[in-house]
Amino acid sequence: MRRYAFYFDGSRCTGCKTCEFACKDYHDLDVGTAFRRVYEVTTGETVRADDGTFATTCASYPVSLACNHCDDPACARVCPTRAMGKDPASGLVVVDEGRCVGCGYCAMACPYGAPRVDRDRGCSVKCDGCAERVAAGSRPVCVDACPARALDFGTAGALRARGSQASVAPLPPPGLTRPNLYVRPAAAARPSGDAEARVANPLEVI
Amino acid sequence: MPQANLSRRSFLRTSGALGALAGAGGAVAATDALFGSGVPCAHAAPDEKTVWGHCAINCPGRCPLRFHVVDDEVTWVESYATPDAGFEDPQPRACLRGRTYRRWMNGPDRVNYPMRRVGRRGEGRFERVSWDEALDAIASELRRIIDAYGNESVFLTYATGVSSTTARTLPRLMNCLGGYLAGYGDYSAMQMQRILPVVQGMTGFYGSTLNAAEEAELILAFGTSPVETRQGGAVSHYDWVRLREKAGARIIYIDPRLSDSAMGGAGEWLPINPGTDAALVSAIAHELVVGDLIDKEFLDAYCVGFDEDTMPPSARGQNRSYRDYLMGTGYDKVEKTPEWAAPITGVPAARIRELAREVGTAKPLFVVQGWGPQRRSNGEMNCWSITMLPLLTGQVGLPGTNHGGREGSFSIGLKSIPAGQNPVKASIPVFLYTDAIDHGTEMTALNAGVQGAPALTQNIKCILNYAGNCLTNQHGNINRAHDILADESKCELIVVWETAMTDSAKYADYLLPDLFRFEQRSLIGTGGDVAYLVAGEACTTPKFERKSLYECLTLLARRLGVEEAFTEGKTESEWIEQLYEETRAKDAGLPTYAEALARGVYLRENPRGRTIVHEAFRADPAANPLSTPSGKIEIYSETLAQIAAAWDLGPEDVIAPVPVYTPGFTETDVPTERLPLRCSGFHYRGRLHSSWGGIELLRQANPQELWINPADAEPRGIAAGDRVRVANDFGATELIAKVTPRVVPGTVCMAQGAWHDADMGGDRVDRGGCINTITTHRPSPLAKGNPQHSNICEVTKA
Repeated sequence: MRRYAFYFDGSRCTGCKTCEFACKDYHDLDVGTAFRRVYEVTTGETVRADDGTFATTCASYPVSLACNHCDDPACARVCPTRAMGKDPASGLVVVDEGRCVGCGYCAMACPYGAPRVDRDRGCSVKCDGCAERVAAGSRPVCVDACPARALDFGTAGALRARGSQASVAPLPPPGLTRPNLYVRPAAAARPSGDAEARVANPLEVI
Repeated sequence: MPQANLSRRSFLRTSGALGALAGAGGAVAATDALFGSGVPCAHAAPDEKTVWGHCAINCPGRCPLRFHVVDDEVTWVESYATPDAGFEDPQPRACLRGRTYRRWMNGPDRVNYPMRRVGRRGEGRFERVSWDEALDAIASELRRIIDAYGNESVFLTYATGVSSTTARTLPRLMNCLGGYLAGYGDYSAMQMQRILPVVQGMTGFYGSTLNAAEEAELILAFGTSPVETRQGGAVSHYDWVRLREKAGARIIYIDPRLSDSAMGGAGEWLPINPGTDAALVSAIAHELVVGDLIDKEFLDAYCVGFDEDTMPPSARGQNRSYRDYLMGTGYDKVEKTPEWAAPITGVPAARIRELAREVGTAKPLFVVQGWGPQRRSNGEMNCWSITMLPLLTGQVGLPGTNHGGREGSFSIGLKSIPAGQNPVKASIPVFLYTDAIDHGTEMTALNAGVQGAPALTQNIKCILNYAGNCLTNQHGNINRAHDILADESKCELIVVWETAMTDSAKYADYLLPDLFRFEQRSLIGTGGDVAYLVAGEACTTPKFERKSLYECLTLLARRLGVEEAFTEGKTESEWIEQLYEETRAKDAGLPTYAEALARGVYLRENPRGRTIVHEAFRADPAANPLSTPSGKIEIYSETLAQIAAAWDLGPEDVIAPVPVYTPGFTETDVPTERLPLRCSGFHYRGRLHSSWGGIELLRQANPQELWINPADAEPRGIAAGDRVRVANDFGATELIAKVTPRVVPGTVCMAQGAWHDADMGGDRVDRGGCINTITTHRPSPLAKGNPQHSNICEVTKA
């Protein structure tokens, strides 16, 4: 099985969300559904002393995240109908809509929040790695869209050389699902599990 | 195992909204022959065509859009991406907003038919009329107004929703009819545009390209967020990301807000109170003088007025030099020490001393500012002050330097349709058009910046507003603008052309449905560090009763008896071709017209690699003098001294002959017990000004939020996600709180451009988070520009 992976360069990403919206347009996703989301992590504080001067320890960085097409996908592990699974040819984790009953176990199990249940369609929906484009020799839409050139896609073997397996906050430790996401972290990035590194834009990633 | 079946095509088949598509397939359409440059064209459905177009909104990106079209409906919007493009390869890729065009093209806010107002102005109640009815009525009203009040009573508002070589044909039509009252300047950089040419010459507005900073040792970025203001893949967004990665320089962001450009932690955020850059610069300058870190040789050879040695005769011996200002021997007689600046700016005195050492020793030094520091009541002085740092250190006109203004760009300049000669000589600052409706005849050259004539002879009686939202939404003090516009005895005719039902469109007497530039043939040239042009064709046929502006104005010109003068017998396509050929006659490197249309996108590298502002002047100042009175950079400006003496100015309208710190207007810049917080606007990824403000898809992931520091939120009982009300004497607006350490205490920030949403017949409280509900209409002293970042307010839970 081929192992496709995403690469995310946190030192380039500006949090602009072009990836998210290019995906939404290509896959025709409406309000409330996104296959890729951009998280803002903000740490530290900015205070004003009695003399009116500022001191800051504030730092902030974005993380763009879709499905990581994990080697040990939590979504597939819990799927009662085997609708969720890895495509044997590409290794991409995809939903078989014919089998999916929309129970939502995958959405609850995935530590990255990738699958969501689309109530109108009655099944789970998520990033399929633009499988059709990839099969035709192109890259996923989000990768080709990035103005800052912070995203890439390829085989895990090739991308491993450019970053470490996803272990920046707010992502969970990679040991949970063995994600196919390799990351070059921003200077301000905190490691997975860092207590202070909370998601600062919860309204934007619903 | 399952098959990958969440394809776009399966969505489309099930949604049915955009017409049936042929079955999924991997057909790959022709590439080079049609689209040039090896741009891929993968995954076209068998009956799908792809068409290049360009974004035309008020952003220099003008990004290429590649429309995938099936059965005359756009199914998705791609942009420019070559396979295997490396990080260094320029890729003009559309931003998130460009990816949502389908929502705007087919959205509920799209204007589809000519409409006539039936409610009160601003109510937004219209009835559908035929084109003939609308154009007959507009022609007859326009003729009546010109006959009754003269051509000076017709004003074309500042409006920037559409750009291309033929997009702006209203001035041409009006000039065929005897002219119109023109506006000068804009709402973007009015203060900077006015002051920098006075002191640095006409070449002094645009600075070095960003890639010039690759050679710098230190980059100071004052009030600028290049990744947010121009978000495409070949303008300042990408240029800044590339610079960050390639430059060896340390970057210091001087800003009340940790902007998205400063995210990632690769530079230092130096938090500062908004509008106080001049105080910080004055104290740094003081330390440079005290520490003998100035380049006196440069100042003597290239500048006038730093100290007594180069003062012009008119001001000699009067302690009026910049050095006198800094050292407390002239002007306000206050020495500009770091201790003086610290409580004003919020920057500790020790940090200011350290900064001065860094600024004084870093070579090359690249100082750049955005348009934030100048869009203020003290904007001219604040902007001008920032340019002192490169001057004092001699870091101008050399590799790795900038002049302290905003960065420049390398662009392809395509010739636009000629406007003709305007017989009306008077023009007004664009920001003062509501004044000119209300009391134009009281406006003079000395009290309101009227140019071309000593005074206006007529109030504005007719407004023609093409693709702009400055009637209300983007104008200062919306509540006041509403009162003036709603009074039909003042402005007697308002015509608006739009693609969306904006707040301004609701004030139209006649609202006409426009086409996007990508729904017609269109050419545009632009650039950042690299230049490009986009040649586009109509992605679909015109839907409903939408018409291009050119076609509409041709029909109007026919009714007014000037069709031949307006068109010169040419269609818009013929104009586009002729204008392109005229450009190409002077720029033979451009592709032929046919090639341009076939390729869609043409890129051009800067032959000199990067542009350095004042390079020729620095190399040989005698041979290449600036267009200032002295031919040099003016640190003391006689022109400004004369203006200050001649104009009717109030005590807070500070136009000093040297760049001084002034706090700005009391009512907008000095917090009080009742209005204790400052409020500054900023550019937001979810909109370009107010464009896209109606797109729900964007609003959901880019909510309109008020940035507020925990130190200000907690005492007010405000938590993240709460709905809050921001109010002052001008009005009140509501939005959601983003409680964050990314903004300084004492200041709240609100992205500008959100759509105004108030019951103007009721409480007038805006539920859309539109900052102009709380901005002033009072113009800045010199430019008479919009000071829309100068606000004080109180914030409460809504």
